[in-house]
Amino acid sequence: MTMLEVTDLSVSFRTQAGTVRAVDKMNFSVAPGQTLAIVGESGSGKSQTVMAAMGLLANNGEVEGSVKFDGRELIGMKSGDLNKIRGQDMAMIFQDPMTSLNPYLRVEDQMVEVLMFHKNMKRKEAIDRSEEMLKTVHLPDPRRILRRYPHELSGGQRQRVMIAMALLCDPKVLIADEPTTALDVTVQAQMLKLFAELTDKFNTALIIITHDLGVVAGLADEMMVMYAGRVVEKGSVDELFYDPRHPYTFGLLHSTPHVQQGRDRLAPIKGLPPNLTNLPPGCAFNPRCAFRFDRCVKERPALIVREHNRLSACFYEGEMTEHDMEEDLVHDREKDVAAT
Amino acid sequence: MNDQTPILLNVQNLTKRFAIANGLFNKPLTLTAVDDVSFSVKRGETLGIVGESGCGKSTLGRCILQLIEPDDGKVIWLGRDLTEFSKDEMRKARTDLQIIFQDPLASLNPRMTVGEIIADPLRTLKPEMNREQRRQRVREMMDAVGLLPEMINRYPHEFSGGQAQRIGIARALVTGPKLILCDEPVSALDVSIQAQILNLLADLKDEFGLTLIFISHDLSVVRHVSDRILVLYLGRIAELAESETLYNDPRHPYSRALLTAVPIADPKLARQHVTEALEGEIPSPINPPSGCYFRTRCPYAIDRCAQIVPPLETTDTGSEASCIRWAEIQADPEGARTRPRE
Repeated sequence: MTMLEVTDLSVSFRTQAGTVRAVDKMNFSVAPGQTLAIVGESGSGKSQTVMAAMGLLANNGEVEGSVKFDGRELIGMKSGDLNKIRGQDMAMIFQDPMTSLNPYLRVEDQMVEVLMFHKNMKRKEAIDRSEEMLKTVHLPDPRRILRRYPHELSGGQRQRVMIAMALLCDPKVLIADEPTTALDVTVQAQMLKLFAELTDKFNTALIIITHDLGVVAGLADEMMVMYAGRVVEKGSVDELFYDPRHPYTFGLLHSTPHVQQGRDRLAPIKGLPPNLTNLPPGCAFNPRCAFRFDRCVKERPALIVREHNRLSACFYEGEMTEHDMEEDLVHDREKDVAAT
Repeated sequence: MNDQTPILLNVQNLTKRFAIANGLFNKPLTLTAVDDVSFSVKRGETLGIVGESGCGKSTLGRCILQLIEPDDGKVIWLGRDLTEFSKDEMRKARTDLQIIFQDPLASLNPRMTVGEIIADPLRTLKPEMNREQRRQRVREMMDAVGLLPEMINRYPHEFSGGQAQRIGIARALVTGPKLILCDEPVSALDVSIQAQILNLLADLKDEFGLTLIFISHDLSVVRHVSDRILVLYLGRIAELAESETLYNDPRHPYSRALLTAVPIADPKLARQHVTEALEGEIPSPINPPSGCYFRTRCPYAIDRCAQIVPPLETTDTGSEASCIRWAEIQADPEGARTRPRE
């Protein structure tokens, strides 16, 4: 059973520099109680993918493909109908809670509005429900929080208010875009616990966008790695962490300092991510790839099924070791420079 | 690094208070950002400073470099107290003491070329150098940080975040400093670029014999770079320990909680891992709790914690921790709890 099914979703933006394809032919789905992580660096298209799915793209954005929620097509749906689904069945949590809460309204008014619109509740009833939801996200003294304006709350409190708002109508799909990036690590730990509770207790389907592999490892069932607008690898969290097949996934894992490890030298990915208006020929990752060969420069690798449900988009089939990524420093610097 | 390694910098009882406006007719409130902090930095080591937002780590760094004037305490640099330096003496000392900032693009003047930005410290700190010498030095530095010397006439907006940080590093290196304060130098960068910059800093440290103070909120990064680590909570030292000691055997309850809160980038370990989610958030530094600042969130707090400010004590691991109960907690972690596990 799938709750959200995305098929061949592409997003382009018309810009002064020409049309930029931010997301190219994405396919994924999430089932109730499951967590899918979308991983990638800035500009990889991970946020635009979910913005397109929610119908929240900027005006110069164009969407192709299909996004089905519980069997209903969302792309091209009238905004009135879409609004009934958004906020009720599908909710979203943004990275920066300060910019996504209305600074002029008390928490109470923002929360009550959602319930009065979607659930036709009376104000009194809506306030009680809001208070209950603030308790669910472990905010102490919810009655007092309801009377506050967003600027009167701390970052962690605001993020929890955002989450509580997203949960008000018991959404079936919750999309969280870097939900803990702006938070301190002890508060982040509280939030991650809360997300795990949601999928367990309420059977919510969760899509979490993050660049933090620690968050992915602790929370997700499946993960999808994006590079330059495309999925380069997809599979279960264990498969991708312990047996990555794409050199970019491999590189990300080895670029990440581990808290349980000491001071070994990191094996970073060389160079810089490409400019989307001017992608290299062949595989978009080839200029930075330690394993590339002739074919990678000529042809773009398709995302193909490897075994059971895992996918990867790479021609290289040999083994990958950290040693392959290490080169002497001089070489490093030349490559960094060459990438600009 | 051993006991004989000479001490480069010695910070003694450093304190910084800020006055916070409290309406037109009320007395301003006082926020103590750095509260009686003492530690030393040995030549050639990397000292990490960690803590959550608002714990005073940046203010501490800036007080050391005299970019902010501390209210109390001494900063002994090579035997002399920086807080007593005249402006002129301080300017000379800046040749040795440099800083790298968090936001690489915001810390570079957009109207100056890369060459001008990197040469800027030389113009003020090494006036004896002529234009050609400066130009030569800038090229050397660009090469050292992995920037093509041909880019010398470009402007900051033409560079990505990672490259902009390289420019910031070249600027810090150009005067040939002994100590560099790195204030969240990789926090704004993507993972792959972050790894490049961390490796670059490690190489430059060896190449130029640098001593680093590395401020970060990211405990994985700090562990990766530091020899010793200072954990701050609300402007006070919670624990100061060798890096490995801190991560393997933390003694202060805050260090323990902080370390278990870091997500582990390994799915199997992450599933077994029990996070001790601390309740609540850091209290307001304007109105901190009495006694130990951490007691409001500490699972081991007792009445006495509200009565006395815990002094830094040397623990069995050799670390220094400011907790009156560290030994009891160590002996029986479950029995010492005063708040049940969730």
